[in-house]
Amino acid sequence: MAQYVLNVNGGVQTVDAQPDMPLLWVLRDLLNLTGTKYGCGMGLCGACTVHIDGSAMRSCQTAISDAADKQILTIEGLGKNGLHPVQQAWIAEQVPQCGYCQPGQIMSAAALIAQKPHPTDSEIDDAMSGNLCRCATYFRIRNAIHRAAQESHA
Amino acid sequence: MNPVTATPGPGQTRPKISRRAFLATSASAGGALVVGLTLRGRFHLGHSTHPESDPFNAWIRIHPDGQTQLVLNKSEMGQGVFTSLPMILAEEAEIDFSKITVVQADNADGTGGSGSVWESYQPLRQAGAQVREVLIAAAAHRWGVPAGECRARNSQVTHTPSGRVLSYSALIDDACRLPLPDPKTVPLKDPKDFTLLGRSIPHLDIPDKVKGTARFGLDVRLHGMVYAVVAQCPYFRGDLLRYDAAKAKATPGVLDVFEIPTDPIIANKGTRELAVVATNTWAAIQGRKALVIEWKPGQFHDESTESITRQLNDSLDAPEVWNSTNTSLNPDTVAAAKRIEAVYEFPFLAHANLEPMNISVHLDGGRCEIWSPTQDGENTQEKAAEVLGIDQSRVTVHVTFMGGGFGRRFGWPFDHQALRIAQHIRRPVQLVWTREDDFTHDKYRAASMHRFRGGVDLEGNLVAWSHRLSDTTAIRPYDPTRGAPGVDAAIDHPYPAQHFRLSYVPVPSGFTRGAWRGVDIESNLLAVECFIDELAHLAGQDPYLFRRRLLEKAAVNPAPPRSNFDHRRLVDPRHMIQLLDLVTEKAGWRKPLGPHHGRGISCFFSKTTYLAQVAEVTVNGGNLRVDRVVTVVDPGRVVNMNGIRAQIEGGILMGLSAALKERVTVRNGCIQQQNFDDYDLLRINEAPVLETCLIEGGRPPGGIGEPPLALIGPSVGNAIFAATGKRLRRLPFQLDEPAA
Repeated sequence: MAQYVLNVNGGVQTVDAQPDMPLLWVLRDLLNLTGTKYGCGMGLCGACTVHIDGSAMRSCQTAISDAADKQILTIEGLGKNGLHPVQQAWIAEQVPQCGYCQPGQIMSAAALIAQKPHPTDSEIDDAMSGNLCRCATYFRIRNAIHRAAQESHA
Repeated sequence: MNPVTATPGPGQTRPKISRRAFLATSASAGGALVVGLTLRGRFHLGHSTHPESDPFNAWIRIHPDGQTQLVLNKSEMGQGVFTSLPMILAEEAEIDFSKITVVQADNADGTGGSGSVWESYQPLRQAGAQVREVLIAAAAHRWGVPAGECRARNSQVTHTPSGRVLSYSALIDDACRLPLPDPKTVPLKDPKDFTLLGRSIPHLDIPDKVKGTARFGLDVRLHGMVYAVVAQCPYFRGDLLRYDAAKAKATPGVLDVFEIPTDPIIANKGTRELAVVATNTWAAIQGRKALVIEWKPGQFHDESTESITRQLNDSLDAPEVWNSTNTSLNPDTVAAAKRIEAVYEFPFLAHANLEPMNISVHLDGGRCEIWSPTQDGENTQEKAAEVLGIDQSRVTVHVTFMGGGFGRRFGWPFDHQALRIAQHIRRPVQLVWTREDDFTHDKYRAASMHRFRGGVDLEGNLVAWSHRLSDTTAIRPYDPTRGAPGVDAAIDHPYPAQHFRLSYVPVPSGFTRGAWRGVDIESNLLAVECFIDELAHLAGQDPYLFRRRLLEKAAVNPAPPRSNFDHRRLVDPRHMIQLLDLVTEKAGWRKPLGPHHGRGISCFFSKTTYLAQVAEVTVNGGNLRVDRVVTVVDPGRVVNMNGIRAQIEGGILMGLSAALKERVTVRNGCIQQQNFDDYDLLRINEAPVLETCLIEGGRPPGGIGEPPLALIGPSVGNAIFAATGKRLRRLPFQLDEPAA
């Protein structure tokens, strides 16, 4: 066990954990931030996506020892000061069905919009094809990303 | 915004009011007007009968401040029932929709089969009308005027001649003292007066799902809770032979490792598996990795994908156990100008719900509390009582949101595992299945094979249609006393054949099987709608016009009735023609496409919903791309346009995922797929443009959760043929499929 200081959603948290414990389980089981979801544990589905220093990362593939001292943003922090434009677009386009994969989808989309304010369809494909949705809400996800791009840079 | 409570507090769900009280008078509970109703799905798997004193399983509560709660005994799994069902209530009760909150009932009823709106429409309207009429009666009584002079609208009653107005909230006290109208005879609104149904209403659960605050099963956190995983036998019906748990027990965070009996539903008697309990999920997973286990294969140790295929293939010529026919002749030997034979093959499929199976259990002083993302809370409650040997009344199942249902969450064996673990560890426990557990211990969609022999005359009339269906059976072994096997979409297809015969042979398998969104329709419809296409080409006719002519013939001069079939379920051929005409017009069916492109058509009548579709594909070298999908749907009365469109869009793409990518294989009695690297799902870059057109027939609402899923496979298969001239008959579609 080792002690780690994490910067999560703008606050500082101290946790005791094994160095190789994935950030996903630290967030969910130690910090009770359950908005970040477990889907595969292998970086194949994107449900666990968070931002680390502004980049979309799979928290199931990020050891706590690699996340310490970096800025971690989860779905709970994304809309802390009012809904993020991507979250607003997700509501406007009525994207979620079961909703389980959507925190990961939203975190991936928010990172995309931050880097490419007006993504093309092919840029959306590149950024979002790592996020699985079993309800297959892809049609509305694409529309919501275009809407978020328009409304956050109008 | 209407809040949605996914888990009510204790005692919230079932006010103790006698049936007599309900029949005689509406009841007051905490100052609220309470109306009970019974919503019962066909997918009710439970056996309990509610006592006479407590016959209801859903409740409407209108509080003196006008806030209304619908305590709903259905599970919300993304299909939108937490919005569509309160809409029906609001419409009929004339309640301001923004005042309605949904409360998830404990021990909720079986939710599946596209049935929640379809089956709850009438009971919810009747209960809503009871609410409306008793509030009108209260106002009329207060004013001393005939009830016939009063109208309810938007949570208010108006005395039309005088213009006087009373809000519902001002009438609650009075209404509680009046008799409630009989739900069977209470007048219902004329649908032409509907103001809410048919509109596109935002889903009430979406804001929480976008903020990450919606609580799914895996998000349940109980005081003092520990986390468990189970080392489950990889072999069908195998057993634990020997193990060494020393390293697992020494893993940091692991609290205990112990044997539990395997759920007898899936295992031989006396079979055991190993539980690993830890302070967090990851530690439990690490502990399981450190176990050294030797498993003993079971009686299905030599089952393989090849052996299943061989059995299915052998069954094509085996004696049938069931049939439906309309002829005394053999369709295989009657005279026909042209004949064709084709065999379609379907693999086992996994559900792959994004949230793996899980359940949380707390045993405390002879009581059992369960938090479960389940499609059948009542069944879980019954099973827990049985496993623990306690009365059902001492078990409460809180139904949480769930990361996809699709039929998988009717179920076991995780409930059994968690109960056994909780008995041993004596602390609140959350059982987590890893993705690998989920793929290797699913209740798989059955594998099947379909052999068709068809014949047409010189005009393209269907002279002979012979369909031999062989499958591993969905859910349980085939039992002739329970009626027809899984032949939906095969027995009731709308094309009139002079000599029709559908026959069935089941094959045994070690796979646990279960309902997979649509159960049998996804494979049966694909086979039927692709083979109809083959017959169109055999007859030298356009596939759209070929279907159209057959449907016209069915309308004018139907073929002899098919045996073992309820003919009330038959499509109206003229209406299907309208849908085909519309979809081909919207898709530009006659507009030429360039080389490597093709269009395919299909249509379907299912759960009283009509659908027709045209898909466009590009096949370039070894690459297949579905470019555009145009779909026309008549679902009957539309409740929530937003929800219906979502179900159609998602259903098409989930069906496309199955048609293009999904297949579970087995070797030596072990499932081979472990994670999304060897069982991939459709991804956003593979999702076509969807153009969906709704037309609203005058019928009551039909099912919409499953039918759209089935349509896309045949549309795409037929489009691939149009683009390449090659007919693919083995699922999932592979362009390099060897010739039969």
